[in-house]
Amino acid sequence: MLDVLITHWNYFIVVFLMMIGLFIVISSMNLVKKLVGLNLFQTSVFLFYISLGKISGGTAPIIVAKADAPILYSNPLPHVLILTAIVVGVATTALGLALVLRIKASFDSIEEDAILSEKRNIRRRSLL
Amino acid sequence: MISFASEYALEHAPALIIVVPLLLAVVAALCPARMGYMLALVASAISALLACLQMQVMAGLPTDYRVSYHLGGWTPPWGIEFAVDSTAALVVLVIAVMGFIATISSKQLFLREVDGSNYNRVYGAWLLAFAGLLGLVMTADAFNLFVFFEISSLASVTLVAMGSGVDKRALVAAFNYLLIGAIGAIFYVIGAGFCYAMTGTLNMLDLGVRLPQVASQVPVYIGFGFMVTGVMVKAAVFPMHFWLAPSYGYAPMAVTVLLASVATKAALYVLIRIFMTIFGGIDVLPQLILQWALIPLALMAMLLGTILAIYERDVKVMLAQSSVAQIGYIVLGFGVGTLAGLQAGFIHIVNHAMIKGGMFIGLGGLVLAMAGQTRPSPTRIDRLAGLGWRMPITASAFLICGLSLIGVPLTAGFISKFYLVSAVISAGYWQIAALVLLSSALSVIYLWRLVEVMWFAPPEKNKGARLPESPLIYLPLWALALANLWFGIDAGLVVDLSYRAAAALMGAG
Repeated sequence: MLDVLITHWNYFIVVFLMMIGLFIVISSMNLVKKLVGLNLFQTSVFLFYISLGKISGGTAPIIVAKADAPILYSNPLPHVLILTAIVVGVATTALGLALVLRIKASFDSIEEDAILSEKRNIRRRSLL
Repeated sequence: MISFASEYALEHAPALIIVVPLLLAVVAALCPARMGYMLALVASAISALLACLQMQVMAGLPTDYRVSYHLGGWTPPWGIEFAVDSTAALVVLVIAVMGFIATISSKQLFLREVDGSNYNRVYGAWLLAFAGLLGLVMTADAFNLFVFFEISSLASVTLVAMGSGVDKRALVAAFNYLLIGAIGAIFYVIGAGFCYAMTGTLNMLDLGVRLPQVASQVPVYIGFGFMVTGVMVKAAVFPMHFWLAPSYGYAPMAVTVLLASVATKAALYVLIRIFMTIFGGIDVLPQLILQWALIPLALMAMLLGTILAIYERDVKVMLAQSSVAQIGYIVLGFGVGTLAGLQAGFIHIVNHAMIKGGMFIGLGGLVLAMAGQTRPSPTRIDRLAGLGWRMPITASAFLICGLSLIGVPLTAGFISKFYLVSAVISAGYWQIAALVLLSSALSVIYLWRLVEVMWFAPPEKNKGARLPESPLIYLPLWALALANLWFGIDAGLVVDLSYRAAAALMGAG
């Protein structure tokens, strides 16, 4: 068990972060905190990919001219993928924050229970 | 000259279908507001035309033919590949044509709901969502799929949030849609990461070849679980369907037309792709999940969606709940897993796009005429009282689509149900066939209530006075209604193309 923990420590960190992130998204009442949780969740996946690309003993994947011996590189592909995923993550966060701003302006709160009770009020009024 | 141009266009069709709306989305966002509609119309028309041409070419080729387009000239296992086989060609055709029809009707539908000065940005997001959904279907790269997922879902969230001009609850619906969509997409990426770790490739065909070689390893199945769960969230398959009704309900009507007719279809296509192409080579587990997990979920969706629709008083939300049930039918067809089952699933993908697209356009037309008179919630069912007589052109086409939704003979919906039930029975599940029929029978309840209110209830005021009807709404609506009738009487085309789509998937798996 301890073996696994030591050789796969990166994955344990990833899963730990992932669960914290998902837990915050589900349990937090505050919309901004939900977004923070989502970011944590996303970032843990980024770490997962990046640690996949690491080859033990491998160096940064930059071609150096006139190398004498063959050089062991880390796998660059996961890095490139995550570069894309980071852009997606930024866009998601930006859109989420923009929505939170609009929600704050129209509901006067970013707490989920306040928003829910306001929604119930609107519903009651529309049924009259 | 013309043949050269068309040949060139066909050769590059897989890329052009996406690139045109993607580029014009940026152009639309930067142009003056009044040009947004024209640009969206042009972009979606070009995509629809290319998709039709592509389908025409594909239909003349053997079923297992596969167009492979190498973006940037990088060859497949390394570069990103766009692949169009008979399956993708069919779904692309549905999305492009329905997207075009939704775009035509969108101008009138946006009129009351969205501030005119925002049209350029709205249509920018509109085209992004459209291009993202098309890309989702054509890409053959598992990670690229995630990017298209997010392009379409972020743009859809923006569009849903535009409903805040009418009802501020749209903002909350959009926020929840964003969170759930993002979590679904990340689940998918985790799954793709596991598959990549096990095989070192992200190309779907390559994954399909390499995954069986490592099929004894646990991470493959973890990856499978994450990918399927993530896509099921996006496709609104039963336990993950709860985001659908609020986002469809609060979105502007034009956006509901687009999302309801095409958005979940693309995700359903990805779902079956994962089962048949990526994990198709692995014998036991994916097939077991397909039957023993997806069929029960599909049944729950069918019954629960229908029952929720019966108890719903808001027509727009009612039709959204009925979409949950209809997604259940499609997933049921896929879950049966035989050639006939897959074919039934694809037939219903085509038919449901026509049915729900038509119904939401029709509802939009009805509500638009009433919007000035009955704020704040014009989609409540009693607001439609007597509209059958006051807006006969729109309402009659709406009714035809509604009959098709139930599955009345001589409509496209009947063909869907017929093929689904016979596929289910020939696979040996006659009890499930009975449940399909039960759910269809239950759907009569909520649709009959609409008929009753629209034709037999006295209108609230101005009894009998005709309301203005817009050709930009009733022309696309009647096109869809006539398509529903046409494909209900002569279903040959849809049945053929769906058979080819199913056969191509089975061949790959």
